[in-house]
Amino acid sequence: MRYHPLTAADRAAMLAKIGVGSVDALFKDVPKEAVVPLSAFDLPDTQGELEVDRKLSRMAAKNTAAGAAPFFCGAGAYKHHVPAAVDHLIQRSEFLTSYTPYQPEIAQGTLQYMFEFQTQVALLTGMEVANASLYDGSTATAEAVLMAQRVTKRPKAILSGGLHPHYAETVETVAGLSGIVTRAPVTPGKAEDIAKLIDSDTACVVVQSPDVFGLIRDLKPIAAAAHAKGALLVAVVTEVISLGLLEAPGFQDADIVACEGQSIGNGLNFGGPYVGLFATKEKYLRQMPGRLTGETADAAGKRGYVLTLSTREQHIRREKATSNICTNSGLCCLAFTIHLSLLGEEGLTRLARINHAKASALADKLAAVKGVSLVTPAFFNEFTLKLPKPAAEVVDALAAKGIIAGVPASRLLPHDPAAKALLIVAATETTTDEDADAFAAALSEVL
Amino acid sequence: MSEVRFTDQHEWVRVDGDEATIGITKYAAEQLGDVVFVDLPEAGRKVGAGGEAAVVESVKAASEVYAPVGGEVTANNAALAEDPAKVNDDPEGDAWFFKLKLADKAEFEKLMTKAQYDEFVKGL
Amino acid sequence: MTMNNQGRPTAPGTIEANELATISGDRGLDHEEPLIFEIGREGHCGVDLPDMQMSESRLGGMRRRAPIGLPGLSEPEVIRHYVRLSRMNYAIDSGLYPLGSCTMKHNPRLNEKMARLPGFGDLHPLAPQSTTQGALELISELMKWLTTLTGMPAVAMSPKAGAHGELCGLLAIRAAIQARGEKRNRILVPESAHGTNPATAAFAGFVIDEVRGTADGRVDMVELEGKLGPDVAAIMLTNPNTCGLFERDIRHMADATHKAGAYFYCDGANFNAIAGRVRPGDLGIDAMHINLHKTFSTPHGGGGPGAGPVVLSAALAPFAPLPLLVHDADGFRLIEDREQLPQGAQPFGRMCAFHGQMGMFSRALSYMLSHGRDGVRQASEDAVLSANYILASLKDVMSAPFGDGPCMHEALFDDHFLDGTGVTTLDFAKAMIDEGYHPMTMYFPLVVHGAMLIEPTESESKESLDRFIHVLREMALEAKAKKTERFAGAPRLAPRRRLDETAAARKPILRWKKKEGVPQAAE
Repeated sequence: MRYHPLTAADRAAMLAKIGVGSVDALFKDVPKEAVVPLSAFDLPDTQGELEVDRKLSRMAAKNTAAGAAPFFCGAGAYKHHVPAAVDHLIQRSEFLTSYTPYQPEIAQGTLQYMFEFQTQVALLTGMEVANASLYDGSTATAEAVLMAQRVTKRPKAILSGGLHPHYAETVETVAGLSGIVTRAPVTPGKAEDIAKLIDSDTACVVVQSPDVFGLIRDLKPIAAAAHAKGALLVAVVTEVISLGLLEAPGFQDADIVACEGQSIGNGLNFGGPYVGLFATKEKYLRQMPGRLTGETADAAGKRGYVLTLSTREQHIRREKATSNICTNSGLCCLAFTIHLSLLGEEGLTRLARINHAKASALADKLAAVKGVSLVTPAFFNEFTLKLPKPAAEVVDALAAKGIIAGVPASRLLPHDPAAKALLIVAATETTTDEDADAFAAALSEVL
Repeated sequence: MSEVRFTDQHEWVRVDGDEATIGITKYAAEQLGDVVFVDLPEAGRKVGAGGEAAVVESVKAASEVYAPVGGEVTANNAALAEDPAKVNDDPEGDAWFFKLKLADKAEFEKLMTKAQYDEFVKGL
Repeated sequence: MTMNNQGRPTAPGTIEANELATISGDRGLDHEEPLIFEIGREGHCGVDLPDMQMSESRLGGMRRRAPIGLPGLSEPEVIRHYVRLSRMNYAIDSGLYPLGSCTMKHNPRLNEKMARLPGFGDLHPLAPQSTTQGALELISELMKWLTTLTGMPAVAMSPKAGAHGELCGLLAIRAAIQARGEKRNRILVPESAHGTNPATAAFAGFVIDEVRGTADGRVDMVELEGKLGPDVAAIMLTNPNTCGLFERDIRHMADATHKAGAYFYCDGANFNAIAGRVRPGDLGIDAMHINLHKTFSTPHGGGGPGAGPVVLSAALAPFAPLPLLVHDADGFRLIEDREQLPQGAQPFGRMCAFHGQMGMFSRALSYMLSHGRDGVRQASEDAVLSANYILASLKDVMSAPFGDGPCMHEALFDDHFLDGTGVTTLDFAKAMIDEGYHPMTMYFPLVVHGAMLIEPTESESKESLDRFIHVLREMALEAKAKKTERFAGAPRLAPRRRLDETAAARKPILRWKKKEGVPQAAE
């Protein structure tokens, strides 16, 4: 088999050295009745590259790629153009096939880019310190809530109604174990009065901006209200390109910031792998979960980097760890760092402006269609429309016409009657005028 | 004259009147390696004998430090926050961890003397 | 205090000057490389984007006021920077990576091509399901491979990593216990367990009770049975265990556990030893996470991403988290809504947004289709054969606590053979770096002193194994002869000497900061 270098002669020689007659003897500790023949597995045998490629290509062809049609989905995952250099660099053997940098002398490549990543995330979020990534934005949000519970020693988390419902469900799954999670009312297009829900049991308020309906929130007054009661503000960002144009959560007094970094460097990939960004204040450093890289020097006095503050982590602290996390998002984190290095200040700023300009133009076009109204008054690259028919049906009808028209809010909030008519639409630098026109025309036909 | 006693968990405690000063032993500090961080209890906290009172971290390990005797914490050694290396330099003197108001002198009497502790360490 | 004897030197000590000084500071193909923040300059940019007109009227007054501070670099500068960084890394593509419990096998390149097919890579998770049928079919097919290989009826696909899978399994157990109306909050974990096990158990709200091992490296069956009781929710075992040994009594342990009303969680990190030969379901497990980045070759990527789908027994399957994947006459469908659940489903919630690590699913399925069931079995046999070959070839010069063997896919040594030499496991490992090898897993499992855990995997040729054995043998002999020059202060030939981890932890510097008065990067 092409991936197995040992030959029959090799195996015979190795068995002889070991002193057994067959490889079965090496499995002598396995109860006999637990060893099954190959025929027990209803699975195919070895196939060559050609067959595998053919089979998987056929499967892939049954999907409509975002780039193959006018495409307007967002709601936590965004289609952006990733420069060719990014994918080329992350496929270098030494990045792709290396392990966690536990032996720093031969992993400075990984450690240095992690350090660059940590710096980029701190700068983008306006916070003092960031980790080397978590799995994704939703689990990062859950970790932020747990951290707030540890820091304040209080049980309650209040989730804004504009928080992505998948994120809210994820938080409930883990934070509900050690505390209480309450959700504020869902008010599409409007900021809910979350301050009045904060009390002396509140560990944190979790607010997403721009929220799942696209609404840009003003976090500063919410932070003030939280701090007045001794609670923390967890700010969530699912479209990290927005930080190229909007005020950073750190400058709005957020205490912990959890983001989905997928928009930079990483493709849609049907939901994963993505990259969670996590940043906080220096004073909470030891309560922060996840891997951290720190600068130091080697025995020859040269600057170098190492994993540090590992005593927070599971492999040392075991049941007293801040989290059970073992991996970070390694390669996705590298893709983020490379893409952001190519963008730089000027590129990110221009990219953010283009995104907003495209979305704004699209919103005008679509809101001009009869029966359609724009729900979100202030947005970055994503907004919500109210349609005269259930949005899910409209999306299906448009899909039949070859247009991927966005995410019906009912997919995320299946039991909220107000969500039925709402369609969440995103536009990015990849959206063309032709796409926008096609969408408006088809929408008008279908309604 | 204050006397120092030891636990089999490698803490030392010195009692003056009803004030107990507590730290970790030289042996413990050596086993830990370079200390990088110490998490000390705040004044006012009540701990029982054998209860977890502090955490001392090296790069590769984190160890709980237990209160050899019970009482209410009156002070902690803030200098260790700035310079955790002190724990390696002078664990049984300058790098005391915290002080507490002794609840029950009898608990102190039960602990090992220096001679007994040194014997104990030899056997490890 | 708890005596956690993992303290070992973390500051590097002194070294001697020895090399030819170059003018540039670089040496041949080895280049020193600063940070992007030190290279970047104003006016440089690696992308060409139009400067679009934009109205601020729809930004809600939240336009950012200050610069972010990101550096600007052109494409050639970015490529050179990351290429140079990459060259400072060891990788499985470059050499044997004997890391026990990590399964550093070859990452087939076909997997990378398949994952990048636009129909998989450029697909939105919330696109209408009629447009994503091929992706759902892929997930369904992978589910079939995972359940068939493990002999289990169900699998939860959404966990994003092994530890995340452990959490998923324990939450399913918790839900099952609650559904029975019982209260059980103790979990039995062997002292040899990987740190994620107790960390996850604590995370899930359980109390950990450690079970000791026997002299022959297995879980103490008697102690385990003694600790079972009406308050025990589950046992968490790894099989083969972290000493590289098959738990012979595993069926017995499963039966005792079930009899006590508890569940059996199995850590699947070592599945590579038995895949295609043994089905964990036949051993009585209730849940097992599978590390796709270990057994199924998805690349380690310098620390991630991973994927940790969890196979579930019939008892736990109803509690699998959302979303669920169903296949009926209308095609494939994700069920994300609690009111649309199939008969009997009682999901405990959602582990994360969307549906799981599709990028790792496509790679893993590509691996499985390439190997076939016979290739999977061959992989496990070769992995076990290679580990035993190493054990047999080195146990006379290095100390193997369970050297009478056989071992499974990894061979465990301890540091007794270094007694009296002044050389520690750490020194030995660092000297391997100078020999061109990534060190084996060191100081894990904690149950032996100075552990060295070697897992060659099935991806090494016999020539490669022989070379490795030869080098370790010579190193061990030198250490025992007290010729310690190559060990003290190793490594010398890597891009960096030993690094000061103490300083890094005492005064953490976790990001680059602009220095006052020094010309810096773009602002």
